Amino acid sequence: MTEGVTTLSAVAPKARPILGRDDWIMRWGLLVLGVWLSVAVVLPLYTLLSKSLEDHGGRFIGLANFAEFFATPVLFHSIYNSLTIAIISTAITITLAFIYAYALTRSCMPGKAIFKGIAMVPILAPSLLPAISLVYLFGNQGMIKGVLMGETIYGPIGIVMGEVFWTFPHALIIIITALSMADARLYEVAESLGTSKLRTFFTVTLPGARYGVISACFVVFTLVITDFGVPKVIGGQYNVLATDVYKQVIGQQNFQMGAVVGMVLLVPAVLAFIADRIIQRKQVALISARAVPYHPKPKTRFDMAMMGFCCVVGFMILGIIAVDAFASFIQLWPYNLTLTLYNYDFDLRDGGGWASYRNSIVMASYTAVIGTVIIFAGAYLVEKIRGFTVIRSLVQFMCIIPLAVPGLVLGLAYIFFFNHPANPLEFVYGTMAILVICTVTHFYTVSHLTATTALKQMDPEFEAVSMSLKVPFYKTFWRVTVPVCVPAILDISIYLFVNAMTTVSAVVFIYSADTTLASVAVLNMDDAGEVASAAAMGMMIVVTSAGVRALHALLTRGIARTSQAWRVR
Amino acid sequence: MRVREYCQKSALFVAAAAVGLFALGLGGGAALAKTQLLVYTAIEADELAMFKREFEKDYPDVNIKWVRDSTGIVTAKLLAEKNNPKADIVWGLAATSLVMLANEGYFQGYAPKGVEKLDPAYVDSQNNPPLWVGQRAWIASVCFNTVEGKKKGLPVPSTWQDLTKPVYKGHVVMPNPNSSGTGFLDVSSWLQIWGEEKGWAFMDGLHKNIAWYTHSGSKPCKQAASGEIPIGISFAYRGAKSKNKGAPLEIVAPTEGLGWDIEAFGIVRNTKNLAAARNLADWSVTLKANKIYNKEYAVVAMPGVAKPVKNFPKDITKKMIKNDFAWAAANRMRILKKWQTRYGAKSLPKKK
Repeated sequence: MTEGVTTLSAVAPKARPILGRDDWIMRWGLLVLGVWLSVAVVLPLYTLLSKSLEDHGGRFIGLANFAEFFATPVLFHSIYNSLTIAIISTAITITLAFIYAYALTRSCMPGKAIFKGIAMVPILAPSLLPAISLVYLFGNQGMIKGVLMGETIYGPIGIVMGEVFWTFPHALIIIITALSMADARLYEVAESLGTSKLRTFFTVTLPGARYGVISACFVVFTLVITDFGVPKVIGGQYNVLATDVYKQVIGQQNFQMGAVVGMVLLVPAVLAFIADRIIQRKQVALISARAVPYHPKPKTRFDMAMMGFCCVVGFMILGIIAVDAFASFIQLWPYNLTLTLYNYDFDLRDGGGWASYRNSIVMASYTAVIGTVIIFAGAYLVEKIRGFTVIRSLVQFMCIIPLAVPGLVLGLAYIFFFNHPANPLEFVYGTMAILVICTVTHFYTVSHLTATTALKQMDPEFEAVSMSLKVPFYKTFWRVTVPVCVPAILDISIYLFVNAMTTVSAVVFIYSADTTLASVAVLNMDDAGEVASAAAMGMMIVVTSAGVRALHALLTRGIARTSQAWRVR
Repeated sequence: MRVREYCQKSALFVAAAAVGLFALGLGGGAALAKTQLLVYTAIEADELAMFKREFEKDYPDVNIKWVRDSTGIVTAKLLAEKNNPKADIVWGLAATSLVMLANEGYFQGYAPKGVEKLDPAYVDSQNNPPLWVGQRAWIASVCFNTVEGKKKGLPVPSTWQDLTKPVYKGHVVMPNPNSSGTGFLDVSSWLQIWGEEKGWAFMDGLHKNIAWYTHSGSKPCKQAASGEIPIGISFAYRGAKSKNKGAPLEIVAPTEGLGWDIEAFGIVRNTKNLAAARNLADWSVTLKANKIYNKEYAVVAMPGVAKPVKNFPKDITKKMIKNDFAWAAANRMRILKKWQTRYGAKSLPKKK
């Protein structure tokens, strides 16, 4: 579920002047998708942009708000802080993830599957959760606050630690993919030429993984700069752009300035996105058809060192989750350490109580089901349609935009767009539907790329054959495409489900009384000082996501046996 | 034929999902005959269930649906929906916010039955019928953790000015007035007690001792209760509540005077449930309601009702300043902006 290939090669046979019924259906389908994406992505962003150019009364005032922003040192300083945090976190995360991935792909240490599983745990938690654990560990009453040697956890140190925890698996997935693709022949040559291990690493391994590492850097950088959960809980007085948006909108009701900060937040994310695209385009196939897959050979000392490293990282990851679980059962830290279930009595607290948890599950299920249907069908249309080039490129571009739009910006844009009295879609405002639409949109791109990658693996001859047999495309779609792509479809749905459970940034602006969410409840309970309950709700999210994930693994195994049998000879 | 089945099933599935989503979106409650009253409030979550139960006992035809959040967030939400209000009634929100919303034309006037029995200071005097009516007051207080105070050798402060002494450096937290109603009533009260110049000078001094500003008004006291920080500037109700639960707290009411704000309600101008909204308004000024307010709060709108509340500082009512809500509402944006410029830029937390 990482980066896919987006450049499209025309897969459909060319020169087909006569449009059949299939073509018309597909074109209409693509148009519907285009309209949907316009409503879900383009128009809200446009509304946000225009809001940033208006004054309090809604009159157009050009760039005056931006001028004010850059003239306010407090706000301006946040740009510097955000960049600092993002750069430091990226450097640390990538280093750790690279070594960890190296251990998983290039060593013969035992327990690889377990280590990989542990590394994925942070994905199951909202970003607020590591921050809460860090307070318990290093706060003024922290269990091991001595480690910080008098430095405070509330500020850049805490933010960086929280972000590294939370972005680690994202970087790891990408780097593992990059490191798995290695040509053993290069290493054999290096060995026979007597090249030192270190030199081989810098001349063979690193260049081979270069694009993956760069891509991981951009992903982590964007995640950090747009994350709101960690700095919200543990940022102290260290202002970053993401919390500024929240303060402007929630605290000062200054929607125009919120829109301005949102637009500013969009800039680094978009730049990172574009840079990544350009670099990926330069990537040439490293693995030729004659490549021999690299298999690591056991080297006791190296393997043990690698395992030691993984143990340390794995221990930290599990430790942070364990602290959170422990804190959720404590009566009143640090004065009354009796174990209790009292903190799980969410109905006594802010954030919407147990209803929030139920809402989150409903929302995540809708997002997974509806999102998967829209995204997979959409990817199919974009991929398989013949002709219609202009519209197709346009829709394809719209599928990619969400990756560059931070959740906070999307959520803010949704308030302005959907709560406008003149908008005929105004009725979805404040409902579950808007949360589902927003979440599907927020996580659209990665799912779309997964679907596209899976579809590209299919030989276009399937379509060609069914077409010549006059089988309508939708039959081919149901009987061939969908079964073949089942693993990808399940991946997309689990990705959407888990992210819908943990997301805060996009939905924090658009939830309503009936649709409070568990992840937002974590935020609100922490805000109100109910930290133990916030930890408890965080645990509920982790446990639920993990449960669904386990179910997914079982399901995938079962289905793979039946539908993927063709892959095995 | 199997393929057709597939297609039909898939179509059915999508349709069912769409219908389900739509039904959910429309709020599923259409089957209930009761009037659904959408109430926006900032009252603490642990009290709301009781208010709902007691009100619905008296008005069984009405079903309250709460939209609860902290003062800043509810106010922001209301302002965001300004052109197209969703709430039927705003209930239990800071009067400063209500005055500001009233100036935006948010409310319709209504004099609840029995409103004349309330202290006139709690009722909108600018408009007749009043646009907003107060329920009870919440009052600033300082939560002092005695265990941590002893460990760090901190004396118990008795005045606001005490808090600017160097001994408290890095040991005080207060709510950010930009997001918290409690934070704003503190700032507004200091400016009213000492005037602008001295008030800002005090805050300059206080700022040097502040470890961090919190987003919510109850968090400083809860953090003091857990010893995360020795001193939290918060409000009396939160302090008493934590102390009742066994936190080692002393709740201090500084002698110079205490900022306070009224929790008040106002009926939204375009409500479709006017009768039910008026029911709640009428109920909210009754003796019964005032007695319920008094369970957790020491100062309520109906004179002669209030009894002392457990663990509230003594004489807290006498220390309440003369609060000018019109001034506070009119100057809110200016004060917040100035505050943000002066103290928002604390870019690096202090080392201890």
